[in-house]
Amino acid sequence: MKGNSYFSRKLHSLVGIIPLGGFFIVHALTNFQAFERGPEGFQNGVKLINSLPLLPVLEFILIYIPLLFHGIYGLYVAFQSNSNLGRFKYGRNWAFTAQRITGVITFVFVFWHVYQTRFQVYIGNISHEELGSTMHKIATDPLIFVLYLIGVLAATFHFANGLWAFLISWGITVGERAQRISSKICMGVFVVVAVLFILSLVGFRGNEFKEVADAVMAVRSIL
Amino acid sequence: MAESTVASKTVTFIITRQDKPDSEAYTETFSIPYRPNMNVISALMEIQRNPVTAEGKKTTPVVWDSNCLEEVCGACSMVINGKPRQACSALVDQLEQPIRLQPMRTFPVVRDLVINRERMFAALKKVKAWIPIDGTYDLGPGPRMAESKRQWAYELSKCMTCGVCLEACPNVNDRNSFIGPAAISQVRLFNAHPTGEMNQDERLAALMEDGGIEGCGNSQNCVRSCPKGIPLTTSIAAMNRDTTKLLFKKWLGV
Repeated sequence: MKGNSYFSRKLHSLVGIIPLGGFFIVHALTNFQAFERGPEGFQNGVKLINSLPLLPVLEFILIYIPLLFHGIYGLYVAFQSNSNLGRFKYGRNWAFTAQRITGVITFVFVFWHVYQTRFQVYIGNISHEELGSTMHKIATDPLIFVLYLIGVLAATFHFANGLWAFLISWGITVGERAQRISSKICMGVFVVVAVLFILSLVGFRGNEFKEVADAVMAVRSIL
Repeated sequence: MAESTVASKTVTFIITRQDKPDSEAYTETFSIPYRPNMNVISALMEIQRNPVTAEGKKTTPVVWDSNCLEEVCGACSMVINGKPRQACSALVDQLEQPIRLQPMRTFPVVRDLVINRERMFAALKKVKAWIPIDGTYDLGPGPRMAESKRQWAYELSKCMTCGVCLEACPNVNDRNSFIGPAAISQVRLFNAHPTGEMNQDERLAALMEDGGIEGCGNSQNCVRSCPKGIPLTTSIAAMNRDTTKLLFKKWLGV
């Protein structure tokens, strides 16, 4: 590895939380509108995001570039680690290994998920209004639903545990007690965000999303 | 009569052996007479006196490293029943049998249980784990250290460079250049000293190079394994804080 791995690793830790962690929370809240307020609520969430100024620039600078850097460098970090769970069965050591496994799962899942949703909008197969019905198709297929469930749980664990490690790597939680308390808070974050995503997926299964999809199809056939 | 009852009780050791640094490892089983209050070192001495395996085959004596025999020198580190620790403080009465002895493979194996801990001493040199006081004239007495600070710094000074924390760390391996927990804690120790503090940025800068502090993946096995109970993860986090401060200080040119 050329260059200074201190900077790359530090940057890897930073972009994992800012902006990626921030985006992850916004994404969870937007999706949750599908459960809380149905198709219209989700649609409003999508509209709100689309109304942001300089959206393509924001997407590249705040999401795609950090995501690629964090993902690819993260694979290298995972490759550099051994798992010694056989000899050291401690909670934190489990989290260490899980952080790397969930990182790899999330890497694959995010590519697949972006291909199924945002990429389809880019190539013009679907419109922003049809994202709800696309998600309905995804969530009602039992196999894809389960894969999505694994994907969101992996991503959420990786985010929550990564937040705990971020606080240590930047020297915010130093003492043992601070790290213990922050680990409890981060596991709380894991539970809350995981529930948000799971309920969103359940919400997308609702028939009202199918009806919206039918309506869109009907409009399309008329046009 | 008493002799026969004592002789009937034995302790079984399964020892991973290796004749040369680059030769294949193999295991040999030894059954040795039990004595009260034995530790792993005294058992190895017994094997040295009578190097015969449990099957009755004559073999070479098992080679190991040890020195102080009171858990302060760090020489006799080995993997005992799966956990890296000091052989001198590993009491046979407290170990599950058969007792398995392996070298700490994170380090190059010299022979049998003897390893080369050179990389740890190189790490101490890299982070300048000393206090420079030499001058061309008498520099006079240094500043005083507060007693409260001295007390926690003393805990850090118990590090005996034994290598157990590096063996326990999943990020110390041949694919990773991580310096390991021990040297990071030593930076904290020498930076806490009122005279050592004068060169603190040099030590921190050494941790901000390739293979420095960033290699820590927070598995926290080190603090659970340290035979001296050194708060290694607190040291790492404290040095994370100080290196972060230095990073911004350099960027902003303060």
